[in-house]
Amino acid sequence: MREITYLEAVREAMSLEMRKNKDVFILGEDIGVYGGAFGVTRGMIEEFGPERVRNTPISEAGIAGAAVGSALTGMRPILELQFSDFITIALDQIVNQAAKIRYMYGGKGKVPMVVRTPSGSGTGAAAQHSQSLEAWVTHIPGLKVVQPSTAYDAKGLLKAAMDDDNPVIFYEHKLLYKTSSDVPEEAYSLPLGKADVKREGSDVTIVATAIMVHRALEAAAELEKEGISIEVIDPCTLVPLDEETIIKSVVKTGRVVVVHEAVKRGGYGGEIASMIAESEAFDYLDAPIKRLGGAPSPVPYHPDLEKAHAPQVSNIIQAAKETLNKV
Amino acid sequence: MKHVLESVESQFEMFQILNEDGKIVNKDDMPELSDDELKELMRRMVYTRVLDQRSIALNRQGRLGFYAPTAGQEASQLGSQFALEKDDFLLPGYRDVPQLIWQGLPLYQAFLFSRGHFHGNQMPEGVNAVSPQIIIGAQYVQTAGVALGIKKRGKKAVAVTYTGDGGTSQGDFYEGINFAGAYKAPAIFFVQNNYFAISVPVEKQTNAKTLAQKAVAAGIEGIQVDGMDVLAVYAVTKHARERAINGEGPMLIETLTYRYGPHTMAGDDPTRYRTDDLDNEWEKKDPLVRFRKFLEGKNLWSEEDESKVIEEAKEEIKKAIKQADEYPKQKVTDFISNMYEELPYNLQEQMEEYKEKESK
Repeated sequence: MREITYLEAVREAMSLEMRKNKDVFILGEDIGVYGGAFGVTRGMIEEFGPERVRNTPISEAGIAGAAVGSALTGMRPILELQFSDFITIALDQIVNQAAKIRYMYGGKGKVPMVVRTPSGSGTGAAAQHSQSLEAWVTHIPGLKVVQPSTAYDAKGLLKAAMDDDNPVIFYEHKLLYKTSSDVPEEAYSLPLGKADVKREGSDVTIVATAIMVHRALEAAAELEKEGISIEVIDPCTLVPLDEETIIKSVVKTGRVVVVHEAVKRGGYGGEIASMIAESEAFDYLDAPIKRLGGAPSPVPYHPDLEKAHAPQVSNIIQAAKETLNKV
Repeated sequence: MKHVLESVESQFEMFQILNEDGKIVNKDDMPELSDDELKELMRRMVYTRVLDQRSIALNRQGRLGFYAPTAGQEASQLGSQFALEKDDFLLPGYRDVPQLIWQGLPLYQAFLFSRGHFHGNQMPEGVNAVSPQIIIGAQYVQTAGVALGIKKRGKKAVAVTYTGDGGTSQGDFYEGINFAGAYKAPAIFFVQNNYFAISVPVEKQTNAKTLAQKAVAAGIEGIQVDGMDVLAVYAVTKHARERAINGEGPMLIETLTYRYGPHTMAGDDPTRYRTDDLDNEWEKKDPLVRFRKFLEGKNLWSEEDESKVIEEAKEEIKKAIKQADEYPKQKVTDFISNMYEELPYNLQEQMEEYKEKESK
């Protein structure tokens, strides 16, 4: 199998779908000849033309509203929000409209749209362009929320998101765009709501999302040298959440660390930890559930501080050891 | 059934005083500026061009952080700022650092802003401004509020905000001009139309022939100005300011201008969306060239004057960078104390911890 980057995988998933389905189109800022702020759509306007790779005015509320309108009337829009921080401006259309329409119409209306948007820190983009706000949308019934961590997952999950008849928020990670993995050339779908065990282990479960999956795997490799066996679970989708896979793992290991980049307070890790505590896995816990997340501050501009803001490999190693009382 | 768009649009003509050859084409509206003031305008434009060149170089050397180039937009930026008074309140966009500097923000603080040091956002006493807005268009609605405050306090001042053409596509733009219009608040909404919102050309942002005409829907005055003509920009801003202070309501000013450089220094390559021909066409309209010709015709500007400003600018930039380098670095305790007026207990604990670490 050939290797491609996460960015190429996202592009390929869209291109394959657009060749097949004329109702699918993309709209967003600078996605034409510029190829998008991170280059995801580069080359697409040349293939699909400006009608289907639609450069929009700088108008996130407008982009989201237009997507809802076109989805309601049979199109299948993919909208690219240039930075996920700008979801703030589009939230009325996403939260009060897209998420609610099917429910309010008694199922006689659907909004099959995908909001693709890059999140996360690590690129020096400072306080207003580096946030991880996915917990906000997980709170809204009617939305599905996806957070792929590898090129392979990104391609398959995006296919599933495009096929879904409900609105899906698809969080890409800026630092993952250039990471590569083996990806089949043809289209394939990975079901929403299915977690992926990225590494099997027996001592501690680490539930990690997006970039944290990679840091957890690095931590696991380090800990292995000390004889500690780590299981790494990537939920892949936050909503719906594959509770079963997580619970099964915790029952096996009795110890769990939940790690994401978003600010810990009010982050989705709280939901995962509560879910575990409410489940049969509670009886199997040998240590308190450990959560790691971003510091409760805006993302700093200085590279050292930016790094300190988000959990790093060393923090994950430390947390795993704490659950084993090995600190 | 009457269609009005064409007739409305046709009434928005570009206001100009000085043409590309530096000749006065509109004597009636020529602002009353003394020879010294004319020279000062030129001095500021030359200085700012040097500042731009140096800032780009410093960014490439890793000595500056975020930077949005300004060359090409000097007449729009400095002509408008020149018409303002100390009491006026500025809400600039990220490219509008020069206006802040000429309004009184020390150069070293502008450099600290670029580096992400909070002191770069701390306006000195007497400079009424917020620091440059990063989120596109967010300053419009804030401007309505600042203007309302000015009006309520009965101050003879205006709130002035700056964005580019792309900003007018945001809902905030419409809400801001409408809100200010509804209360006849003393505001100036200043749009520097440099034709590209990063890569997207203005004709893809809107079907409106001018951005100035967007004022009509809000029931406020709008005007389109030659943004490469510093005298026209000055005259229009001064007029807008007088109207606003007299209670006649806000005004939308669109200047037609061009940024020679990239959108920002963070990896934008304008050759992907602009042609050399277009760049050359705009360089012929250069605001410095045309104003220099005008001043030389009046014997107010010489090569000597020019090199004097360039040297002066280089010298002051060097000093300011040094001053920025020497300014105390940000400490963790600064970040902790900067967040809340009163420290919550959990931050109190962190503060103690870091105070101790920093004292070592």
